Amino acid sequence: MEKKERIKKDSYSRDVLKKFSQHKLAMLGMTIIAVEVLLVILLPMVMELDPYTSDVLNFSAAPGPGHILGTDDTGRDLFARLVYGGRVSLMVGLLSAIISLMIGVPLGLVAGYYKGIWETVIMRLADIFMSFPSMILILVLVSVFDPSVWTIIFVIGILGWTDFAKLIYGNVLSVREKEYVESARAVGTKDLPILIKYVIPNAFAPILINFTFRTAQAIIQESSLSFLGMGVQPPEASWGNILYAAQSITVLSTRPWMWVPAGILLVLTVSSINFIGDGMRDALDSRTKIRKK
Amino acid sequence: MTKYVIKRLLIAIPTFFGITILVYFLSSLAPGSPLEMLMADPMATKEDMEALRAQMGLDQPVIIQYLRWLQNLFQGNLGTSYRTNLPVMGMVLERLGPTLILTIASTVLSVLIAVPLGIVSAYKPYSPWDYISSGLSFIGASTPTFFTGLVFIYVFAVKVGILPMGGMYDSGIETLGSMVRHLILPCLTLTVFNVGSILRQTRGSMMEVFSEDYIRTARAKGLMELRVIIVHGLRNALIPVVTVLSTMIPFLFGGAVVAEQVFSWPGLGSLMVQSINSRDYPTIMGITVVIAAAVLLGNIITDIIYSILDPKIRESR
Repeated sequence: MEKKERIKKDSYSRDVLKKFSQHKLAMLGMTIIAVEVLLVILLPMVMELDPYTSDVLNFSAAPGPGHILGTDDTGRDLFARLVYGGRVSLMVGLLSAIISLMIGVPLGLVAGYYKGIWETVIMRLADIFMSFPSMILILVLVSVFDPSVWTIIFVIGILGWTDFAKLIYGNVLSVREKEYVESARAVGTKDLPILIKYVIPNAFAPILINFTFRTAQAIIQESSLSFLGMGVQPPEASWGNILYAAQSITVLSTRPWMWVPAGILLVLTVSSINFIGDGMRDALDSRTKIRKK
Repeated sequence: MTKYVIKRLLIAIPTFFGITILVYFLSSLAPGSPLEMLMADPMATKEDMEALRAQMGLDQPVIIQYLRWLQNLFQGNLGTSYRTNLPVMGMVLERLGPTLILTIASTVLSVLIAVPLGIVSAYKPYSPWDYISSGLSFIGASTPTFFTGLVFIYVFAVKVGILPMGGMYDSGIETLGSMVRHLILPCLTLTVFNVGSILRQTRGSMMEVFSEDYIRTARAKGLMELRVIIVHGLRNALIPVVTVLSTMIPFLFGGAVVAEQVFSWPGLGSLMVQSINSRDYPTIMGITVVIAAAVLLGNIITDIIYSILDPKIRESR
């Protein structure tokens, strides 16, 4: 009996993996993100990159020897800034998605499992947050606190909790009345073990998918904020604040090296993460069929 | 029907208060008191400061300040801007029009593009056409609005030079034609970002509808295929599409903040950025109120559209 079940489970996760690996765009996205992460971690170790010091002889220099991607208006090397900016952008995306998850999942669990006043307060609050443009709340919050990288991570993270809470709330509602949860309760299992053992595993797939989309969203939010001049502050680099330069029409029309690469990297990164999420969604959807070669 | 709308309105009221409380208390946490901005004058004495504080009501607890603000709100008074010294109500209302023009135009354009594309994709799923349209819309939704905007300005205003770079009118010519020319790029920018989610939803729900029995019945009756798709399919598939639209409304205003800034479109978003930069809290609160009201109104409108599309909702409530 036990063995049979294990085989069944194995073949389920094998199916999911197989479906995921057949999603070409998701595989491409995985590769791109893996390469990016390796590059932003390793390049500063093997190359001498200096994103902060001005090269006083080369303000706004076009790409050439010495500065392969040119310099910005204060003579800082743009290649180095792209690498360090990548560190910041990827880190903000990942960490704020983790914060959103850590806030949203427990709140959704409590609202769905205990219902009553918890449900009303938490879900009502989620509605309020969802019915207001988070970009504007983020702007207000960042103006109240100092716009450092950590403030931005926390603000974006805290305001991203609603999707996680709604997802897990819906999931808890659908399993809390199931026989196996009832019987666990009947034999005296405590609430916390029930939640961890029966409820969370059920919601794992949608949470994972939402996590990837949340990461992509957070990267867009950080870059928009930095583009508006209210995010990551120079001299610290982020892809968004590199693009801030393009608000000047001279830069926009005559110095494409100062803004195009950062924009392309943003699009590439966010698309890759979204494609990974899309691949996961297809793979975890039982209606998707495995294609035979 | 009216009962249904009233019920939705009653639910919207606590949401409205929730948002204003949230933003009011957040801005009251700001470290630099607005007084410091006003009293940059080094000659001002401590007593002057205290007098001004009391005059502005800033010596009261935040809750009292909020209640007073609320009381003024119901008399149509949103206070005076710290930055311009003008009444906030006038400033905000002046900017509301352009923002509504931009958001509504881009919503309409997004639906007009996404729904037909979604139907085609659902009709022939996994065809090259399906892959191309969903792939492109995915990339559109992955591109930050400001970057799309910059690329559009670079291509259409700088290189090709057929469209203006920004603003709402050519200086001195406040005609509709001039406005439309200025609207095209910001509207397209927002559309690129929004098409993806509508297309995805249309495709998904159309695919589900196509496998329903009533579609087979309609086909078996020998109806024209186009009629089957539009009348029997689309009408049923539109309900989830409207849901997506209603959840998108807040994002539209959020996206407008960035797009307005890129194109110097004189709407609420660019006013918001200015106000935040100068910590002009009365104006920030004013914009918050107007956007919250607009979002809730948008939700109510989508609710009404629901009840028109879906007789089940109309009956049951």
